[in-house]
Amino acid sequence: MEWDWNFVWQIMPTLLEGLKITILATALGAALAAVIGLVFAILRMTAPKPLARATSFVVEFIRGTPLLVQLYFIFYVLPDIGIRLPALLAGVIGLGLHYGTYAAEVYRAGIENVPRGQWEAAKATNLTGRQTWIHVILPQALPPMIPALANYLIAMFKETPLLSAITVLELMNQAKSVANSSYRYIEPMTLVGVFFLIMSLISVVFLRFLEERYARVEER
Amino acid sequence: MTDWPGYIGLILQGALVTVELTIMGSALAVVVAFAAGLGRVSRFMAVRALATAYIEFFRGTSIFVQLFWAYFVLPFAGITLTPLQTGVLALGLNVGAYGAEVVRGAVKAIGREQREACIALNLTRGQAMRHVILPQALSLMLPTFGNNAIELLKGTAVVSLISLTDMTFQAQVVRAQTGNTLIPFATILVLYFLMALAISWGMRWLERRVTRGLDGVRT
Repeated sequence: MEWDWNFVWQIMPTLLEGLKITILATALGAALAAVIGLVFAILRMTAPKPLARATSFVVEFIRGTPLLVQLYFIFYVLPDIGIRLPALLAGVIGLGLHYGTYAAEVYRAGIENVPRGQWEAAKATNLTGRQTWIHVILPQALPPMIPALANYLIAMFKETPLLSAITVLELMNQAKSVANSSYRYIEPMTLVGVFFLIMSLISVVFLRFLEERYARVEER
Repeated sequence: MTDWPGYIGLILQGALVTVELTIMGSALAVVVAFAAGLGRVSRFMAVRALATAYIEFFRGTSIFVQLFWAYFVLPFAGITLTPLQTGVLALGLNVGAYGAEVVRGAVKAIGREQREACIALNLTRGQAMRHVILPQALSLMLPTFGNNAIELLKGTAVVSLISLTDMTFQAQVVRAQTGNTLIPFATILVLYFLMALAISWGMRWLERRVTRGLDGVRT
C-alpha cells in the first residue's frame, strides 16, 4: 500500500479535532493531578498515623496498577453504584488520580529536600507556621519540583490514547475510526505517531530549559 | 447461577499471559537498554547517533501509538506478527529506551578515578567496562530498573486492545458475559498490584545481592 498525500489532507481536520480533545484532557488531567497530589502529600506527611498509612497504601496501589484498568473501573463500575460519568470526565478523573500519586511523590521529595536547619531557623525567628511555609519552605521547595512535574505532564500526555478505550474521541480514536471506515491504516496511524513525536520533541526542549532554570530534584 | 470458578479461571489464564508478556518484554528491554545505553557512550559517532535516535524516537512517541502502529501498519509492509510478538516487541523496545537512559546515567556516574585506575592498570576499554565500571554501575541502575519493570507490567494492559487475551482482556470478557463489573475489575486490580509488589520485592532482593561486596565502595 502506497502513502497517499491526498488522503492525508482529507483526514487532517478530523485528526486535529481529536488532537484538541487530547490536549484538553491532558490540561484538565494535569490540573486535577496537581490538586490531588497535594492532598495525598499533605495526608501522608501531616495526618495521624493510621490515616497517613492508609494514604500511602492507596498511593502505592494506584501506582502499581494499570491506568487502563483504572479507567475501566471508573467508567464501567461506578455507574453500577449510581455514578454515571461522561467518558471525557471519567478519563480526566482517571488521569488526575493516577498522576496525582506521582505528583504527591514529587511534592514530598521537594519538601523533604529543604534542610532541617531552615525549619529550625524559622522557629528561632518566631515565625508562625503559615509564615514558615509561605516565606521559607515553599520558595525553596517549589522550584526544584517544576522540572519533575513537567516530566510527568509529558508522560501523561503520552498516555492519553488510553482514553480511546473508554470511547473518548481523542486523537487515537479519531485515527482508528477514519482507518476503519476507509481501510487505510498507514496514514492515520503514522500521523498520530508524528503528532506525538513533534509534541514530545517540543516538550523535551521546554523541559531542558526548565531543568537549566531550576535545579533538578533527585527522586528517591 | 453464574459460574464464578470458571470465570476466575479465565482471569487466571489471562494473568498467565500478563506474566509471560512482562517477563519476555523485560528480557527484551534489558538487552536493548544495555545495547543502546552503552551505544550512547560509545567512541564512534555513528553508534552514538543511532542509539540517540532510537531512544528519542521510542521515548517521544507513546507506547500505545507504537503498539497500534506495529499491529496495523507493519502487515502492510509485509511483516506479520502475532499479537503476542507485537506486544513483546513494542513493550520491550519502548521500556528499553527508558532503560537505556538509566544505563547511560549509571555508567556516567562512576567516578573518573575508576577510569583512570583502569588506564593505569592497562585494561582494555572492554575489560574496564566489564570488570570495573558495570559491576559498580549495576547497583545504581537496579532501583530504577525496578520502576521500569512495573511500568512495563502496567503497559501490558494495553495489549488487550490489540486482541491479546491478557488479564484485562479476560476481565472484559467476564464483564460482557456476566454483566457484573465490580468483581472482574476489582480482581484484576488486586492481581496487578500483587504482581507489582512481587517485582519490587524481587528487585530489592537483587539489589542486596548485587551490592554484596561493594560495602564501603559507594554509599
